[in-house]
Amino acid sequence: MKRSEFPDPFENAREATGLGQMDDQNDPVTMLLRHKDVRKTAHNWKTFQSGAAPGRIVIPSEVHIRDTRQIPFEVDPPMHKEYRSLVEPWFKRPLQETYKDKLSKQINDLIDSVVDQDNLDAIGDFALVLQSRALTLLLNIPYEESETWISWGTHVFRSEDTALDGDKASILYDYIDGEIDKAIANPREDLYSVLLNSEVNGKKLTKEEVKGVMILTFAGGRDTVINAITNTLAYFAEHPKSLDKLREEPEIIGNATEEFIRYFSPLTQMGRVVTEDTHVCEYAAKADTRVSLCWASANRDEKVFENANEVVLDRKVNPHVGFGFSHHNCLGATHARQIMRIFIAALTEKVGAIEVLDFKENIEELGEFKRKVGFDMLKVKMYSK
Amino acid sequence: MAKITFVTSDGEYITVEGDSGSVMALAVENNIKGIDGDCGGVCSCATCHVFLTPEDKERIGGASDIEEDMLELDDNANEFSRLSCQLQISDELDGIVLQVAK
Repeated sequence: MKRSEFPDPFENAREATGLGQMDDQNDPVTMLLRHKDVRKTAHNWKTFQSGAAPGRIVIPSEVHIRDTRQIPFEVDPPMHKEYRSLVEPWFKRPLQETYKDKLSKQINDLIDSVVDQDNLDAIGDFALVLQSRALTLLLNIPYEESETWISWGTHVFRSEDTALDGDKASILYDYIDGEIDKAIANPREDLYSVLLNSEVNGKKLTKEEVKGVMILTFAGGRDTVINAITNTLAYFAEHPKSLDKLREEPEIIGNATEEFIRYFSPLTQMGRVVTEDTHVCEYAAKADTRVSLCWASANRDEKVFENANEVVLDRKVNPHVGFGFSHHNCLGATHARQIMRIFIAALTEKVGAIEVLDFKENIEELGEFKRKVGFDMLKVKMYSK
Repeated sequence: MAKITFVTSDGEYITVEGDSGSVMALAVENNIKGIDGDCGGVCSCATCHVFLTPEDKERIGGASDIEEDMLELDDNANEFSRLSCQLQISDELDGIVLQVAK
């Protein structure tokens, strides 16, 4: 298999039944695989809820390692809208020119510091660094804080041998508790303080609610951004003409960003808990069981995307669900899109070619399916232009 | 050159001019409130939703299939809904008035 190829393991099941099955810590998941079903189900929050026990809609389930409800992610309408409206303006800041300029400087500086370096660890010494530094902008906190997050490594939420590791997760939760206390003692101009000063339905957010937003912000954008960055590097290494094309046609960098998000689908799926006996794809789905919205499968649905298994950099119409769909679409998408657009633009300006020197694929085991979502290890060399 | 008027949810009327590209891009350039155009115009985010007037709909037509698929799950959508990333600026749009959905 080519290094930059991300096969679609769902094709046969998507066509045959539209469903897949996987177990997850004795709480099985019925996976919805078709674009139309995924979008419809994402929209139907009454029958397919997010506001179940904290951690249950995540796959692998986090119910055993987390009690804090992630906000607005694990809240259903109408309360969801209250929280979402509160945080949305803050998460749209990446559209501002000053934000883009700062992000661009960070990413260009990072590329300058690693270009022509032999055997660069594209995950630990590049993607993680890029993601952590960019997060300081999203939270509006000092750049130096990124050093702490980088020191945690890539696996704060995921250990080498098991998908979940409570001890490592607690590093993040304890850190956030500490930062909330600091922000209470000395108010700042960052997301912590903004949340602590906010009200929902006339009541100030509690510490637990603030923590819920912060955990979501840290966890939601870590592996996903890292996968998007490293997978893009692997892609350009094997498709030098694509990098040349974007150099010549920078106006399609936005389209290319959407296409990479579709093709890589950095988050494979997200769960929902069924609230009443119902049907999905003509099969019974019982109350209190789980279904998942399989973004990765929906994004390869040939009924929606021509040549779905190919990267078409200038794909014009691309209704992908790589950032989810409906009420709960990705809160960090604006930030993630700017990262990808600026990262690709910086590569076209500074890098002539990329070589993959070594790699180990990260394959998710999803019941009957095995899906490549990224790399556990990727060593590269970026050659200056 | 086409003159395009956006009516924001605050009731503000803003008229801008453009000669090419999408209406969404024109709106983003002019910081029209309620049009974010997050996905850059590939019809995947629905953050550029506008309503046509009945007369304009008659003239330029309603949503395409792909727009309808995006809009059918939007509780605010109606028969006059369009995604402005799918509206290309041309002389035909001159004088159009678009109510911003958000």
